[in-house]
Amino acid sequence: MGRMRRAAVAAVGALALLSPAACGGADSGADQEVEVFTWWADGGEKAGLDGLVAAFDEQCDYSFVNGAVAGGAGSNAKQVLASRLQQGDAPDTFQAHAGAELSDYIAAGQIEDLSALYEEWGLTEALPPGLIDNLSVDGKVYSVPVNIHRSNVLWTNKSVLADAGVTAAPTTLADLFAALDTLKTAGINAPLAIGKDWSQLMLLEAVLISDLGPESFTGLWTGATDWNSPEVTQGLENYKRLLSYTNADRDTYDWTDAGKLLMDGKAGFFLMGDWAPSDFETKGFTDFDHIAFPGNGDTFQWLADSFVLPQGAKNPEGTKCWLKTVGSAEGQQSFNIKKGSIPARTDVTEADYPAYQQSAIQAWKTGTQVPSCAHGAACSQGAVEAANSAIGKFSSDQDLAGLQKAMSAAAALGKN
Amino acid sequence: MLTRVRRWGPGLLLISPSLLLLGVFVYGLIGWTIKVSMSDRHTAAESDGFVGLSNYVDLFTNDINGRFLHSLRNLLIFTVVFLLGTMLLGLLWAFLLERGVRAEGLFRTVYLFPMAVSFVASGVVWRWLMNSGQGDDAGGLNAIFGQLNLGFLQNPWWTDPEWGMVAMAVPAIWQLSGYVMALFLAGFRGIPAELREAAAVDGASTFQLYRRVLFPQLTPVALSALIIVGHMSMKMFDLIMSVSGAQWLTEVPAVYVWQTLLTSDYAKASAISVILLLLVALVIVPYLVQTMRTERRS
Repeated sequence: MGRMRRAAVAAVGALALLSPAACGGADSGADQEVEVFTWWADGGEKAGLDGLVAAFDEQCDYSFVNGAVAGGAGSNAKQVLASRLQQGDAPDTFQAHAGAELSDYIAAGQIEDLSALYEEWGLTEALPPGLIDNLSVDGKVYSVPVNIHRSNVLWTNKSVLADAGVTAAPTTLADLFAALDTLKTAGINAPLAIGKDWSQLMLLEAVLISDLGPESFTGLWTGATDWNSPEVTQGLENYKRLLSYTNADRDTYDWTDAGKLLMDGKAGFFLMGDWAPSDFETKGFTDFDHIAFPGNGDTFQWLADSFVLPQGAKNPEGTKCWLKTVGSAEGQQSFNIKKGSIPARTDVTEADYPAYQQSAIQAWKTGTQVPSCAHGAACSQGAVEAANSAIGKFSSDQDLAGLQKAMSAAAALGKN
Repeated sequence: MLTRVRRWGPGLLLISPSLLLLGVFVYGLIGWTIKVSMSDRHTAAESDGFVGLSNYVDLFTNDINGRFLHSLRNLLIFTVVFLLGTMLLGLLWAFLLERGVRAEGLFRTVYLFPMAVSFVASGVVWRWLMNSGQGDDAGGLNAIFGQLNLGFLQNPWWTDPEWGMVAMAVPAIWQLSGYVMALFLAGFRGIPAELREAAAVDGASTFQLYRRVLFPQLTPVALSALIIVGHMSMKMFDLIMSVSGAQWLTEVPAVYVWQTLLTSDYAKASAISVILLLLVALVIVPYLVQTMRTERRS
């Protein structure tokens, strides 16, 4: 009998171990809640989100639920999001870079077409046509951009340039090379500061805009422009030459480290998106100026955060109200003033913004819009990653033909 | 019949939870990974088209810039240097301690301590130490070399395109040499004193004692150390992520899996994972077989 009892105890023990927390995780399913999934968890981004929520509370009858996942510049959030989407547990809306980075979600049928709502809310008129072209996939739009950052901005250290005798801001690539040579003669060994992979990709893109012009440049990512054309080869050669003016240990630098080279006067120029000045100012550096990358003319290379309506959202009406707020003039203003970016809409009051943003708003209205690959506006996630890898390889071995071939293959990713 | 069930039934019942968990979460998921690696699931979209081994073939023949082969090459350099470094240093330290230095306990602790630090934490520190700036921009070890007038020792560390992975192995050697030392020391201590005495009686010199008597006894320990360090090396991820971040220069298969997974290319990520698993199995399975054999013999 003793043995029977032992068997019974064993059975109970086994069962107890097999039933781990089967309960829990049940959603309350309240209709009035809108879960907004972002990676804006702190700093200016959190402040911007709070601003947006304030506008949302005013315009809508729903309550906001913060689904932010912090860390990894969004990579953590993207992992969580991917698994939630697979399980059919989509948040009511989620943040994603506007443009080609959405192509995976679109192909997977995970987000809804918003074209009709664009018409209804007047976004078709409020957003610049260049942006809508860039955002459209087969004539349909799938996301509402909340902000715009500019990536083709060359930041300068005013004292360094003045001390070396560079008085006129360079407006062409030739000017830039001349200025870099002048700085080098003046004892600045690496006059162009740069960080690792993606910031090098930004530089390559800026050079290609100069050498190809905005239209052919955009075509590089849509397949309309041939990566093996002589113009592209010329652009890549210019890029290689520019790299020779940069800090040799670039692959060890984050963008903020590279920015420090500019702040410390070890470099005269620094190509970075227009989120850089808030970092400069936080660190007490004000001696900087900015120009569009030489040769880019009035081309405005943009990247944007946007929100979408996922397939199977629990509260689609609430999501639509969130998206309406995101697209509205009030929503964009309360978000962007705090985050340091500019509204995607063109009908905004510039005077409400700080000086740099005013000039950016002006440039956004009047310029030609081209998307950025490095920040997912022109490239799918797979393409961005492959391009970064190719750029990293080129940084170490300077193999131009290899770069051309690899970039061509990377740009074609996610386009089947 | 019933009596037999009674004999092994309770035992089986007791281990069944762990059997089930292992079966589902280890072997089941390995099977699932293999299945995904043979599908064409290259985006977030559901798709289970069977493509056989073509993902594997693509990795070797059709990867942009030969990226996978590059990551294998990096891993090979890293593993060779890591193994050689830890084995030599570990053996040397164990030998010194075994010769009876003073304050052995202190040295043992000092050498073993780095192993208590996580790769992530030590990686961050080594990222500073192995700063690739030279001359006026030098930082970390390069700056120390500069101040000691040993400027010729300054080097680009892991940013060297050809041999950067050798530098990457330095922190790993620093962390695990002490562990290998402890293994060897235990091996030395496990050798019966009679053997030494017998050798002394036979008139063996100290060199002969080590060469002919003691070292041969350490072979099983050396094998264990090789396996343990070797399989850690194959899966190396956290150290590289915290020293260099994910980038071309220092990419190894484990980092490549991560990068691929972040872009939702599940099929490719699974294929790399399976190859990684095979690589580790190549090291571990013969070891397990051998251990089982010796256990059965004893």
